Amino acid sequence: MAQHRGGGPGARFTGEKVRAKNTRQTLRRLWGYLRQQRAGLIATALLVAASTLFMLAGPYLMGRAIDDYIIPGDLPGLARIAALMLIVYLAAAALTWLQAYIMAGVAQRTVHHLRRDLFTKLQSLPLRFFDQRPHGDTMSRLTNDVENINQVLTEGTTQIVSGVLTAVGVIILMLALEPLLAIVTLATTIALTFGLNRFVGSRTREGFRAQQKNLGTLNGIIEETVTGQRVVKAYHQEPRVLADFAAANAELRAAATRAQTFAGLVGPMMNFVGNLSLAIVAGVGGWMVVDGRTTIGVIASFISYTRQFGRPLNEIANLYNQLQSALAGAERVFEMLDEQPEIDAPETSTPPALRGDVRFTDVSFSYDGTVPVLKHVDLHAAPGQLVALVGPTGAGKTTIINLLTRFYEIDAGTITIDGVDLRDMRKDDLRRQLGMVLQDTFLFAGTVMENIRYGRLDATDEEVHAAAGLANADAFIRRLPDGYATELAERGGNFSQGQRQLLAIARAVLADPRILILDEATSSVDTRTEKHIQEAMLRLMEGRTSFVIAHRLSTIRGADQILVINHGEVVERGTHASLLEEDGFYARLYASQFKGDDELAREEERAQIEEQELLAARED
Amino acid sequence: MRATRKLANFLRPYRLWVILAPLMMALEVAMDLMQPRLMQRIIDQGIATNDLDVVLRTGGLMVVLALIGMAGGMLCGIFAIRAAQGFGADLRGTLFGKVQQLSFSNLDRLETGGLVTRLTNDVTQLTDVVAMLLRIMVRAPLLLVGSLVMAVLTSPQLALLFLALIPVIVVAIALIFRRAYPLFKKVQERLDRINGVMQENLAGVRVVKAFARRDHEIGRFGRVNDALRDANMEAIRVVVIVMPIMMLTVNAGLVAALWFGGVKVEQGDLHVGQLIAFINYLLQSLFALLMVSMLVIRFSRAEASAERVQEILHSTPDIAPAASPATAFAPQGRVAFDHVSFRYGHDTDPVLRDVSFVAEPGSVVAILGATGSGKSTLVGLIPRFYDVTEGRVLIDGVDVRDLEETTLRSTVAIALQESVLFSGTIRDNIRYGRPEATDAEVIAAATMAQAHPFICDLPDGYDAKVGQRGVNLSGGQKQRIAIARALIMRAPVLILDDSTSAVDVATERRIQEALATVEQTCIIVAQRISAVVGADTILVLDDGRIIAHGTHAELMETSPVYRDIYESQMESGAVVYGTA
Repeated sequence: MAQHRGGGPGARFTGEKVRAKNTRQTLRRLWGYLRQQRAGLIATALLVAASTLFMLAGPYLMGRAIDDYIIPGDLPGLARIAALMLIVYLAAAALTWLQAYIMAGVAQRTVHHLRRDLFTKLQSLPLRFFDQRPHGDTMSRLTNDVENINQVLTEGTTQIVSGVLTAVGVIILMLALEPLLAIVTLATTIALTFGLNRFVGSRTREGFRAQQKNLGTLNGIIEETVTGQRVVKAYHQEPRVLADFAAANAELRAAATRAQTFAGLVGPMMNFVGNLSLAIVAGVGGWMVVDGRTTIGVIASFISYTRQFGRPLNEIANLYNQLQSALAGAERVFEMLDEQPEIDAPETSTPPALRGDVRFTDVSFSYDGTVPVLKHVDLHAAPGQLVALVGPTGAGKTTIINLLTRFYEIDAGTITIDGVDLRDMRKDDLRRQLGMVLQDTFLFAGTVMENIRYGRLDATDEEVHAAAGLANADAFIRRLPDGYATELAERGGNFSQGQRQLLAIARAVLADPRILILDEATSSVDTRTEKHIQEAMLRLMEGRTSFVIAHRLSTIRGADQILVINHGEVVERGTHASLLEEDGFYARLYASQFKGDDELAREEERAQIEEQELLAARED
Repeated sequence: MRATRKLANFLRPYRLWVILAPLMMALEVAMDLMQPRLMQRIIDQGIATNDLDVVLRTGGLMVVLALIGMAGGMLCGIFAIRAAQGFGADLRGTLFGKVQQLSFSNLDRLETGGLVTRLTNDVTQLTDVVAMLLRIMVRAPLLLVGSLVMAVLTSPQLALLFLALIPVIVVAIALIFRRAYPLFKKVQERLDRINGVMQENLAGVRVVKAFARRDHEIGRFGRVNDALRDANMEAIRVVVIVMPIMMLTVNAGLVAALWFGGVKVEQGDLHVGQLIAFINYLLQSLFALLMVSMLVIRFSRAEASAERVQEILHSTPDIAPAASPATAFAPQGRVAFDHVSFRYGHDTDPVLRDVSFVAEPGSVVAILGATGSGKSTLVGLIPRFYDVTEGRVLIDGVDVRDLEETTLRSTVAIALQESVLFSGTIRDNIRYGRPEATDAEVIAAATMAQAHPFICDLPDGYDAKVGQRGVNLSGGQKQRIAIARALIMRAPVLILDDSTSAVDVATERRIQEALATVEQTCIIVAQRISAVVGADTILVLDDGRIIAHGTHAELMETSPVYRDIYESQMESGAVVYGTA
């Protein structure tokens, strides 16, 4: 399984050059999201500034306490200033807590919006997108990548703001105190910081991109394996699946180790920069004192300022790791947000009620642009007509349905309903008037009731029951332990395929569409049940244009039109009688089916003869 | 932190890194601690005596020590990340391996979305915490203990303050941890739900589009998204109180030190210098405590992840491996059901009741019955997808529960009702169960399954790529590939679980004819009489019971139900769409 993952959709990232522009763009777009939380951000910034001030006030007051009260031995004064300090620290703690509290909201709302936009975007993407992308990778973008952004926003933003504020404050104080020493110290510190970051930065970014990409691939393998787990078990392929997983897992491990190793270098480097600037202050400052340019007191202050300057640098360095992986995640998120959405007509004020006059004119189509699946197909269904599509598997019957529902865009020709080009119709307006029971029945986790109601969300319970009754599903549903409230497992795994088809039919019945499409709707239903459903369908089809794909030709004999499709072309068309008369492809197909039934009849005859013989023998 | 600690075993292979990382960190901390003393020397010995030489030499030494410290820090980071990533990869691998061992009924209960989150997001949380732990574990305690010792040395009486401060901090951390951990568990669970909705939307994208339910799905996602946001906010808002509490406690201690110290200075028991030093150490311990509080936040989250990971690690497969597997098992393919009953859960209705039948080697047994009558369940008992509740399933006289899994799987090949294909080429999919099969065997199997002609029509033939879950193939084409996949196994027992439902009748007949020529025992579940008419035995299943069995001719005579089914499919009985 997934042997060719290496060449998967993610592969186009490899080889791509790392450009700073990307990062800047990514940051700008992230800022676009953060900006929506302006009030919260401003409040947080103000609180951070205030709490930073309070925190700086603490040491100042302490100095005053020592100089003015402890040394002179003024205990009442010491009590007063101690009380003041308690208030200051209390305020600082309260402000720190408040800013983190507000920031949690800002971060969560931002990430919430990102997730919302990502999901909304997904809903607008064409089917081609879903056919081509591993689902697990798409899921990884929505969870793992967004989670990375979440973490840096939650933990990092206030730290960065307070770090920058502290750094700026310290720089100003240092410059005011002793400009020359300040310039020497700051120039080295800042130059080194930027230089080292440049060196590590590009490598880290690259590494984190690879890490997130590999995580996406791994997610893809997990998702595909887990959904196909029953096949894996049935064929005892666990060892191979494990080997594939191990390979992808090792790749992720290597990429993550590389990325984080580089990112991990930043912390010690910044620590070194801090220590180096201490050495510079001590060395250069010492020389300046010896030279008589400055005093020991200034050096002492510089030392404590350098320490204070070092702390935010250290914090930001520690954040660096997270920031880079968040940026890599954000890139992947925005990449998905930039996907081309499905083409759709502009919103019309009043969606037309369709009569159901469907016309295909010279329609050609290919899924991948190379293999033509439909070639010059013409088709006309008058309102209320029943059109049957027959032909061998893979002839293109389902494709015709896929084009009528505009799941895919046609390459040539036109499709019109009531004379209106499909491309001039809103997809939702179109699909709301189509009722489909598709070949692959898909149900959602949830109750039976919810699944049927998916056809029409405002349907009452009684209407759901009626639709289930019509689809012949009511009886089996009522036998379930919780009836309509029975929970379906993921994809309806706890129901048999036939039962799922019944639910899908009930869902389509409830939708009450103008045009009905049945694509092998009853293939897994036993024939007696199928008979009941077909009776119900007959009632439903009355007055609606219907398209039916069925393999058992006996069921479509009454169709107004039968289109015989082979190799993507309409090879014959007509009614059952006229096609039999033509004695072509359809006639052969029909005969081959009923040859079987004739054989059955002969066997029945034989059995009857045997029975009679047996009876005769017994009588003897 | 119980769940997290249990996972420590996964660090065992990386013992060396786990030991070296903190040692390297200790080196960095030691170098850091030397810096103030050297600075002291510059001021006291260099500047005070106007000795420029001492100033420059000591300054140079400081740079050298800073470089050594940096090397230590870098090595610590490298070792810590190696250990953490190794830990993460091993944990992920073990989890995935565990999932592979789970039985069908385990899988029925697990949700794909949740499984994916646990294997990626939860493991990432744990990996991060290990990396963080290895880097901070030594730094914070070393700083804390160092400053404590120095504080005691400076002023034993003032150091008593720590006795008041430490319990406050410990209790606060413990309380917040206890409160935060379940909240983070909720966060992870809601992340599962996000994953679940997302996964359903990806898999069911056609249905969503067909019913124009975009807004409905956006609304549904919106609700789980809101729930995740709220859970996240709640959890984070609890843990962010840790840091202000630490700051406040230590700063309150500082004020107290100032007051009591002030009094002592006034009484002449303490020098001002000592007081300042004491306060410095107190502040240093604050710094260490802040690091600890960061760890606590991460740990409360990791604990939630650890527990979820443990849940998978500790789930026991429902299907127990054979205690004493039968040796020298040479299967002929005789399948026998001996009074088999089955129910999915303890309190549910039985799906199969007292089923007994025998399929002789080389024979074709067909199972017919209404939707939900238990057909798929019945055949699923043969490869032990589920174990019988009562009775026995035997292959050549051996209970399937006494067969080694590998033996059983190579004895029974099954084409499942849902033809799930994997991404890869058609060839890869056909030889899925037997990767060593030759091209000739692949073609032979495809030919029997009537898949060869359409495969040849594809531009790349057998090398054509199958999209995810076979999206680019029609339902009937997928089913035929799934049949070929089962045929190529050459297993003595072949099961087709309604696997020709989307195939046209003419093709189906050719598949039936091909199957009649194989020497394998074939068990076929079907809906259409045409698919079962040639079978040696037909079992009619109704509500979990075999109500009739025999050949087509026999059943036509003896079984009214069978006759009823037969007639419903005959031209005369079939309902005809349309009125023309």
